[in-house]
Amino acid sequence: MNREAGKKIRAVIVDDEELARQVLREFLGAHPEIELVAECANGFEAVKSVTELKPDLLFLDIQMPKLDGFEVLELIGNDLRVIFVTAFDSYAIKAFEVHAVDYLLKPFGADRFEAALNRAKERLSGKSPHTEMPPADLAAAARPPSQYLDRIAVRDGTRVFIIPVAKLDYVEAQDDYVALATEGKKHLKQQTISSLESALDPSRFLRIHRSYIVNLERVVKVEPYAKDTHVAVLTNGTQLPVSRSGYARLRAFLDR
Amino acid sequence: MHPIFSHLRRLGLYLLAWIPIAGMLAYLLTIPGQITMREAVTLSIPLSLIYAFVCLSSWYSCRGNSLEKYGLGRLVTTHVTAALIASIVWAFVAVGMASSLSKMPAFTGLSARFRPEIPVIVGSGLLLYLLSVTFFYIIIAVDLSRDAEARVMRASVLARDAELRALKAQVNPHFLFNSLNSISALTTSDSAKAREMCILLGDFLRRTLGLGEKTAIPLEEELSLIHAFLAVEKVRFGARIQMEENIDQRALDVPVPPLLLQPLVENAVVHGIANLVEGGWIRLSVQCDNGGGDVSIIVENRFDPEAPARRRNGVGLANVRQRLQARYGNRASFAVKAEADSYRVALTFPAERGLQTT
Repeated sequence: MNREAGKKIRAVIVDDEELARQVLREFLGAHPEIELVAECANGFEAVKSVTELKPDLLFLDIQMPKLDGFEVLELIGNDLRVIFVTAFDSYAIKAFEVHAVDYLLKPFGADRFEAALNRAKERLSGKSPHTEMPPADLAAAARPPSQYLDRIAVRDGTRVFIIPVAKLDYVEAQDDYVALATEGKKHLKQQTISSLESALDPSRFLRIHRSYIVNLERVVKVEPYAKDTHVAVLTNGTQLPVSRSGYARLRAFLDR
Repeated sequence: MHPIFSHLRRLGLYLLAWIPIAGMLAYLLTIPGQITMREAVTLSIPLSLIYAFVCLSSWYSCRGNSLEKYGLGRLVTTHVTAALIASIVWAFVAVGMASSLSKMPAFTGLSARFRPEIPVIVGSGLLLYLLSVTFFYIIIAVDLSRDAEARVMRASVLARDAELRALKAQVNPHFLFNSLNSISALTTSDSAKAREMCILLGDFLRRTLGLGEKTAIPLEEELSLIHAFLAVEKVRFGARIQMEENIDQRALDVPVPPLLLQPLVENAVVHGIANLVEGGWIRLSVQCDNGGGDVSIIVENRFDPEAPARRRNGVGLANVRQRLQARYGNRASFAVKAEADSYRVALTFPAERGLQTT
């Protein structure tokens, strides 16, 4: 994404604390090449602003009302530069380091701010390589171990859906996406099935096939299908393929 | 310390156990028919008494030759040798006793009649000594397992104490860094407010310092800690925090474990207020129940049931419950109730007035 010379960088600040927004606003004030187009105090506002205003740069707090920073990122996708801003979150910081995500730790000084901003500008101008991972995979990497996902945020056009994992029937891998089957509908989300698998509670969700994760509460029975393969029948009648290794895992669970 | 010598009661019981042994010995001596019952009893009582003490010494060789460390060969050799020596010495004592008794008119010729009994004495001496060895090995094993049990108990109590102390003394880093960020924001926009925030934060930190070492503080002190905490959070959240308090003044001097309530109020801010765009209330109620014998405290807050899950940090509810239980046992109660949009933690514990709060 090369930028035309002379065009301003449009930025949005997302933080629920007024004083935290104030620091960012103050530091941005020294940069005439950046135009602050919106300030948001919660996750929903952030998704709305990004969708409507299409900014280039987002300063994103992690802990917020409505949607947290990772959920916001999952919903808005990778079309803009994001600088995470957080006070303390060792798992998130580790993930940011590993995946070269820009971040600022509160409280930060002008020098740290400038460094993060310059890096973001370089990436915006296309000078540095643009290697991105799906936001949901980053969110999964930043999750504290043993704290499993209890809901999944997905977007359909301009509408945001929050799916509690208890309402998830199964997950199907479709190329770079996963299809989340819940209450008779399927929601697409850009994420690899293995990263979603690692974020779900293994005592409630099981990978039964290279392309399928099933909510164990939904499984009614497992029937033989062809040589070495089985199908799992769910409460709503859906039949899902079960691979050989998936069958071994499922058996181990059902026999318990 | 010798397990039997060191306790008078045990020594008494041990000597009592030797009375039937003395009886058996007397009986054994009369079997060949050379010695009368009266002579046998006269000999067996002092002999048993002496041997009782000889056998006590086997404890030292049992302790020195632990079953775990040495092979069967060495153990058998050591103890059988000791038993042989002890029983032969005992036989010499018996012979000496018999010959001195035979000088008395009532026991004439005892010395000569006693001679065939020497193998009986040596044999029973061997047997008794080895029995005592077995007895002491059992005692040592019992003591060892009791020691191990006590050590495990002590270790787990110590570990839990240390854990609780560490958790108590901890200031949530999220709180600290966010507060510093607020100060950073205020330095340019409102330097007087920035200074005030520094002072408030300093006040809160000073109050929490050293609390880890205390086992109890007056409830009043805990409440002022909460006020110091909220004063800082009010700078961050502004009008989003509405605090309502209803405090029974009679409860103020009741000693409580330090940082019993502050984590609950902190949770109310982190999981309640911080997730509400327009803010919400926190209610703190402290009442004296049961004629002033119990204190019941309720911390209640509004929350958004559809808020994103907060990343765990700080002192959790489980820790507060554990500490309440550690101090008051089943005299305390702890209940958590989540309703549509309010979250309520209720605790009750006995008012231990007059206790030292150090």
